[in-house]
Amino acid sequence: MCNAIEGEMHNFQSNLLKHLKAISTAYVVLFIIGSVSLPAHSQDLDINLAQPLLKSEIHDIDITIFPDGKNLPVGQGSVIEGQLLYKNQCQMCHGENGIEGPAARLAGTDGWFSFSDPLRILRIEKYPVLLISVGSLWPYATSIFDYIRRAMPHYAPKSLSDNDSYALTAYILNLNDIVNDTYILDKDTILTIEMPAQKRSELDVQ
Amino acid sequence: MKRPLSAANASTKLSTRRGFLLKSMAVGAALPISALAPTQAAHAIGESFPDWMKTPGQAVNEYGSVARYEKHITRVKAQDTAQTQLFSVWHSPIQNQPSIITPNGLHFTVSHNGVPNIDPEQHFLKIHGLVDKPIKIDMNTLQRYPMVSPIHFLECAGNSASNAVSLSALDLSVQALTGQVSGAQYTGVPLKYLLKEAGVKTAGKWVIAEGADGGSHARSIPLSKLLDDAFIALYQNGERLRPEQGYPMRLLIPGWEGNANVKWLHRLEVTDKPAYTKDESGLYSDILASGKIKRFSFHMDVKSVITQPSGKMQLPAQKGFYEISGLAWSGYGKIKQVEVSIDEGKNWSIATLHGPVLSKSLTRFSIPWQWDGKERVILSRATDELGHVQPTRRQWREQYASYSFNHFNAIQAWAVNSQGTVENYYV
Repeated sequence: MCNAIEGEMHNFQSNLLKHLKAISTAYVVLFIIGSVSLPAHSQDLDINLAQPLLKSEIHDIDITIFPDGKNLPVGQGSVIEGQLLYKNQCQMCHGENGIEGPAARLAGTDGWFSFSDPLRILRIEKYPVLLISVGSLWPYATSIFDYIRRAMPHYAPKSLSDNDSYALTAYILNLNDIVNDTYILDKDTILTIEMPAQKRSELDVQ
Repeated sequence: MKRPLSAANASTKLSTRRGFLLKSMAVGAALPISALAPTQAAHAIGESFPDWMKTPGQAVNEYGSVARYEKHITRVKAQDTAQTQLFSVWHSPIQNQPSIITPNGLHFTVSHNGVPNIDPEQHFLKIHGLVDKPIKIDMNTLQRYPMVSPIHFLECAGNSASNAVSLSALDLSVQALTGQVSGAQYTGVPLKYLLKEAGVKTAGKWVIAEGADGGSHARSIPLSKLLDDAFIALYQNGERLRPEQGYPMRLLIPGWEGNANVKWLHRLEVTDKPAYTKDESGLYSDILASGKIKRFSFHMDVKSVITQPSGKMQLPAQKGFYEISGLAWSGYGKIKQVEVSIDEGKNWSIATLHGPVLSKSLTRFSIPWQWDGKERVILSRATDELGHVQPTRRQWREQYASYSFNHFNAIQAWAVNSQGTVENYYV
């Protein structure tokens, strides 16, 4: 009898426990569902979908040359070598003296008039961007090397060797009377070049 | 060209109708009056309608195109730029755009080494330099990032250059003079998420953004702007970017000169200093009156232009009602006010701004005008929410060397002569 009562009590208890468990589980489930709200857009979002970019992959694409010489490759080129390359690959767009156009003016002063180029006004009428020149506006020789190596010649960009790019940079500097005819440019000498525009620069970063 | 054509159509129609009238009169004469109504009832109504109401229409194409009568509205090549096949500058027909959105096929475009044909499957965005974790993201993964969809204008720094440097006002259309500006809704991924994932080091202050075109176009951008409102645009006006706008992705830097919004973007290098790339060394610098060279002048200043009526247009009547309308924009924020003058700037009236008026977006304005048939010089002057006011041409030129042509935002004047011909004019 007692056993029977105890048995029933036990059943009752275990049923109660079962119910309580079920109820609490339901509450827990409800609680979880209830608390699943979406985060707002913020910079703290933990997105992490990108893949790592490997050192070797960076090496292949890291072509930007900085004014302080960062990323300059080993190599060298002379004004004489540059002159020959220029005749064969650049002159057809930049002109015999780097001033005739139609492509960017490489040498001389900016503006309307120049005693060294009596035809200036006629050229500008035809190609107004010749109003400005690499020699007079660009503040760093490293930028010339950078752009030649990544983008020139226009019809076959990235086809020049590092030595070619040094040589052509040297030739453009020579066209601007910044280096003499026998100059050899390399990763060290390029950093000693002082472009006339450096003194005229005014930064305007708002 | 269209007018004589439609006149010819009209006369054809007239003769057809006359034929019909004669026919019914003949029929009417032969029959008693009482029989006339049933005869008319038996006649098809088609003869009084144009052909397109009497034939089934054409089938629809997979990708829609403009109406055949609107195909003359196109981009035009810049007249004042040395054009090679690779360096090309194309202007938007803003005189035909009474809207803040430019259709994708008409968006202005400038490319310095042609338009690359990029396979999106092989294209990655790579972020490296002064970061904790260099990363790369393929196009499909980039689509999973949070995206924004703002409406912005884009303008080339050299827009309106001929008005800046030409000593006399060249008789050109508004498209030829100022068509290097367009508006669009872009959808893309804010840079802040991507830069945060890479973990920018405290020394990082600049980012060199580089495109995957033949010339590897690159610009140095201050990190602060990229973390503010810049994003990687994947869509333009609801479709993927067009190739000439940077497919498969471009940098979108709201309010800043077009050239800095690097197209075909593939690499972001975080650095402590700018690189002085080709365009920030020369072509996109401003030469001041003092001879100094202003560099990294990214903002496009407050500007407006009347597009109707505008250069090379012929007003259809000698006098009467017209609505003067145009577009205004500022790289600093919203347009607050546009004033219009019809007497060379002596008196100004406030134009209606047609919403939405959005930050760093084109804003359409208009004002009614009863033209008395006399010679008039009409101009517009915009003010933005920060209080920047469009300068006169003289005020603008006082700041810069006589040959400096970037960031020209001076007031544009149009002279309307008594014959209704509209011409570019300097005030």
